[in-house]
Amino acid sequence: MVGMFFAYFALVSIAAGVLTVTLRHPVHCALSLLVLLMHVSGLFILLNAEFLWAVQVIVYVGAILVLYLFVLMLMNLKTDERYFHSSALYIVGPAGMGTGYVLYLLLGSPFDGVKGDAPAAAVLQDGDTYAVGIKMFSDHLLQFEIVGIFLLGAIIGAIVLAKAPKPLDTERERL
Amino acid sequence: MIPLSAYTAVSAVLFMTGLLGVLVRRNFIIVLMSVEIMMNAANINLVAFSHYLESMAGQLVALFIIAIAAGEAAVGLAIIIVVFRGKISTNVDEMNLLKW
Repeated sequence: MVGMFFAYFALVSIAAGVLTVTLRHPVHCALSLLVLLMHVSGLFILLNAEFLWAVQVIVYVGAILVLYLFVLMLMNLKTDERYFHSSALYIVGPAGMGTGYVLYLLLGSPFDGVKGDAPAAAVLQDGDTYAVGIKMFSDHLLQFEIVGIFLLGAIIGAIVLAKAPKPLDTERERL
Repeated sequence: MIPLSAYTAVSAVLFMTGLLGVLVRRNFIIVLMSVEIMMNAANINLVAFSHYLESMAGQLVALFIIAIAAGEAAVGLAIIIVVFRGKISTNVDEMNLLKW
């Protein structure tokens, strides 16, 4: 059962990723990115990370993707005739071969390592949100604050960049 | 039980899709969307290793990556709007404001 869900989420997210890259119209790309994000959040559910599932749906789908769609609607782009780069064919071949080699390495490796202190049973007992919260506000508090300051800087930067330029002509006429 | 390598394989394919999108597409907004695909691939990897190695650190880093993706989207789209205002185009080949 879990394997079936994993196959569904994995295949649909890969297909949506390919569609995001290949579709012609930018709004269609944004909508297939929506499908990708929702199915990646499904993969998070399979990995017992339900807090990340909620954050993915709220922040990625609810905020970031809506921001993309706003900008796309604002610009009202016409679709180009050539929407791929002219040397695209020379890039796709080596990229496919590289991916094949990486997949060969990944699928053959056992991936065993030192276990941490949060086994699945302990996480499921209190819930993933509890475990993430305890860990974040004890061991990773400094990173949390840094991310807060980063977001403040990003907000100020976005406002400063996107602000309409001041009309300088009236000032110059006065001089 | 799904092996960890299955998750890493999905993540690798998604990452390569995003990388190809960055290299191949000519629309700046779609290039940014491809960067989001790459960040999602990294998130899948982090959460999968966090689950299989029984440690919460991976999920925390994935949360921070989501926050950074939000900031990147805001600043990137602001830059797109500024460039679009001057050139009426979002084609990456025609952006040469910083080139000398």
